[in-house]
Amino acid sequence: MNAHFQPGTISLERLSLGTKACVASINWEMLDPGEAARLRNFGFDEGVTVEPLHLGPFGRDPIAIRVGRMTVAIRRRHAGAIQVVPLT
Amino acid sequence: MNPLPLIAVAGSPNAGKSALFNALTGARQKVGNYPGVTVERHSGRSTSADGRPIELVDLPGAYSLDPASPDEAVTRDVLLGQQKGERQPDALLIVVDASNLDNHLRFALQLIELGLPTIVALNMVDLAKRDGLELDPVRLEQELGVPVISTVAVRRRGTAELQAALDDMLSSPRCGVHKHVKSDLLNLQRRAREIAATAVISETPTRRWTHRLDAVLLHPVLGPVILAALMFVMFQAVFAWSQTPVGWIEDGVSWVSGVASSALPAGFLRSLVVDGAIAGVGAVITFLPQILILFFFILLLEGTGYMVRAAFLMDKLMHGTGLSGRAFIPLLSSFACAVPGIMATRTIDDPKDRLTTILVAPLMTCSARLPVYTLIIAAFIPNTNVGLGIGLQGLVMFGLYVLGIAGALLAALTLRKGVLKGGSGGFMMELPKYQWPSLKDVVIGLLTRIEIFLKRAGTIILGTTVVLWALASIPPAGPGQKQSEVSIAGHIANGIEVVVKPIGFNHDIALALLPAMAAREVAVSAIATVYSLDASGDPDQLDKSLADKLRHRWPLPTALAFLAWFVFAPQCISTIAVTRRETNGWKWPLFMVSYLFILAYAAAGLTYWTAVALGL
Repeated sequence: MNAHFQPGTISLERLSLGTKACVASINWEMLDPGEAARLRNFGFDEGVTVEPLHLGPFGRDPIAIRVGRMTVAIRRRHAGAIQVVPLT
Repeated sequence: MNPLPLIAVAGSPNAGKSALFNALTGARQKVGNYPGVTVERHSGRSTSADGRPIELVDLPGAYSLDPASPDEAVTRDVLLGQQKGERQPDALLIVVDASNLDNHLRFALQLIELGLPTIVALNMVDLAKRDGLELDPVRLEQELGVPVISTVAVRRRGTAELQAALDDMLSSPRCGVHKHVKSDLLNLQRRAREIAATAVISETPTRRWTHRLDAVLLHPVLGPVILAALMFVMFQAVFAWSQTPVGWIEDGVSWVSGVASSALPAGFLRSLVVDGAIAGVGAVITFLPQILILFFFILLLEGTGYMVRAAFLMDKLMHGTGLSGRAFIPLLSSFACAVPGIMATRTIDDPKDRLTTILVAPLMTCSARLPVYTLIIAAFIPNTNVGLGIGLQGLVMFGLYVLGIAGALLAALTLRKGVLKGGSGGFMMELPKYQWPSLKDVVIGLLTRIEIFLKRAGTIILGTTVVLWALASIPPAGPGQKQSEVSIAGHIANGIEVVVKPIGFNHDIALALLPAMAAREVAVSAIATVYSLDASGDPDQLDKSLADKLRHRWPLPTALAFLAWFVFAPQCISTIAVTRRETNGWKWPLFMVSYLFILAYAAAGLTYWTAVALGL
């Protein structure tokens, strides 16, 4: 049942910059309740389009991601909890 | 008398809520605190279109009515009429970002469900247009069932229409508040997306301005270089731009003390007014220009949206020391003053992250240290050019800031490895669109700072200066005796001197350390008071600037040790008090004070011994 190994999906962490993708599933268990609530507040949800835009200068962390019309910064670790289907 | 109609301004973070609040209230604002919690209450007066007075309260930004922070809890409690010290609002003004409706409408829908008379301000329509997004406010109005007004708060556009709408809302009879029905957030989010989609008239895909700017400002190489350059320019400006106004203030103070001297008969009263009050406060307000310049930069960084980018750039490094990029903003604010900086840590969700940030915040070089640094640097560091137009004095100043930052990072690392072990620390932030803040918003921010600074100068500092003057003047010195040694203060300082002598501090410094606990800048006025008293028999001495006096009295290693001491010493009652408030007890403030005094003593000692060994 692990949402992490659905065929055809990759982790948002591995999506290359400028590639749009559709959120397939979010493994909420990997996040603590506060982090999960904030991700939801940012609009992360199944079926939403996301696009990584920028990487932090040190260790390519955090990642700036466009979600809906918003750009948010999350850590690589959080992005690892999100499985996406690349659109292009 | 009926109280004024109370209208709550609510919205998600980065919707431009405060700018709209400023646009409606102007300078008629009051900043207070909600009882029992440490959340600021911003309220102000405004008028509706037909001139009836209304009261506005600017609620903390929230993403939903399910609070994730103390600020968001206040927002919920006020809106539900459960907040102590606040009556339930009569009406709501919901602010949403026109180019982020998908997200902001979720909270708006949740608020509309409350059933209060509501107006939605569709804010920042200009930025949406810039990004090729055209919206239909009428359609939005139909979908939401409440009036929608397009605004550009930072440009003060749409405020007249808003005031007219407020008027309609307040005039129409109210049919009782219906019971709050709580919808599922996920459904609200999906509904928000649907409405946002129907409200779009046209959308031209453009390479967005913010994206283009971010390509440069968040560039892996250019980004950090630009950030470092900005910080450096900021600190050079604090020095260069302030010289002229500082001169004016100094002239003004000496004029006032001249007038007071000739108006008052020689004796106790003249001494109290001229040597106590005017000399003390005068020495402190001289530094107002630096503080204003620093705050100007901080407000600009915040208003443009760059501050969050700085957090993004710094997150990994901060994470390496056990902090998050979110700590960057409170810590950067602490460069102005640790008190608002520590209060700004409320945005950090992780409790251990937050506590670590609070404990290291006093190590950031706050503006109260500037008077001390400026005085010592002006007295002991030659004003030479080290090349490329960089002054040696500015360079030393920069070095002191760097020393404070290095100390903070090391302290954070040690704390996270020791007493504050554990906790992952999250970093999740919205990167708002870039925009040019309105001058008016910056001015309102600056005025609030001036008020706070002058209140401190006027109350704590004046108070301690006068007490010190009394301690330093009683009993009066006999012929051939030095006033600073026979006085009560002299005797207290003798005790402190024993402790600080090994690190090169003299009697005068020992005398200044105790009153400087009230506020660091008092160290300067304390020294000024001591020297102006000692010089009272010698008019030549009196004319010389304080810096000249110091140059003749202090050896260079002592001056450098004094600087090193002030990088670390927790010399500020307000900081200790706010730490107590924010951590809810005495444990952490006492811990903070002890570790900082130990650091200060060690740093001053090392500096002094090294300088002596080098023969400086």
